[in-house]
Amino acid sequence: MSQTAQSTVVIEHEVGLHARPSVKLTQLAKSFAAKIEIATRPDGPWIDAKSIVKVMGSKTPKGALLHVRAQGDDAEAAVRSIVALVERDFEAAI
Amino acid sequence: MSANVGIVIVSHSPDVAKGAADMVRQMVGDDVPLAWCGGAPGGGLGTSVEAIMSAIDSAWSDAGVAILVDLGGAETNSEMAIEMLPDDRRDRVVICNAPVVEGAVMAGTEASAGSSLEHVRRTAEELRAA
Repeated sequence: MSQTAQSTVVIEHEVGLHARPSVKLTQLAKSFAAKIEIATRPDGPWIDAKSIVKVMGSKTPKGALLHVRAQGDDAEAAVRSIVALVERDFEAAI
Repeated sequence: MSANVGIVIVSHSPDVAKGAADMVRQMVGDDVPLAWCGGAPGGGLGTSVEAIMSAIDSAWSDAGVAILVDLGGAETNSEMAIEMLPDDRRDRVVICNAPVVEGAVMAGTEASAGSSLEHVRRTAEELRAA
């Protein structure tokens, strides 16, 4: 069954969504089948969370609100996982 | 052997090649076969066909290998190294038209997700348009 899910989280990481956090977010996004997009404003532009070039290119700074939305069979789990990754400051899951 | 596409970094400078490889390892992780080479056979700046071939060999994956190069000779020597590969490997090695450090991290990230060689190359080359 196809789902849609959406959530918002604050980027607390010191350097924002730069190189290393971007790689982690992209790798996690790619582990889900759902289409996943992120944006720094609720009205977009929405960028493909599975594209490392676009995610890193977004240069999302510390303190920014990150909107996450997904569509597909595992959309809810995808959004939950990405929000959790940002909340634990991009550290590996325990 | 990893199922993920391998990454080879070729620079005129062994320090640059090793440094770029370190960045891939630390940022992307250990799921991607990775090798680097740099420096002329007799020392100093340069690249060597033989060293490139052995890097391709050590980063080999059945999914293929993406090579990132810096300047002129690194590319022509990489092309030569690919030509000298066995028939069954030659078609599974590509040179990415992308900056060596950034391209290696982007290609490595894409490869770590199990993407195809063509997809890995496109991601590295997407940098030019970004």
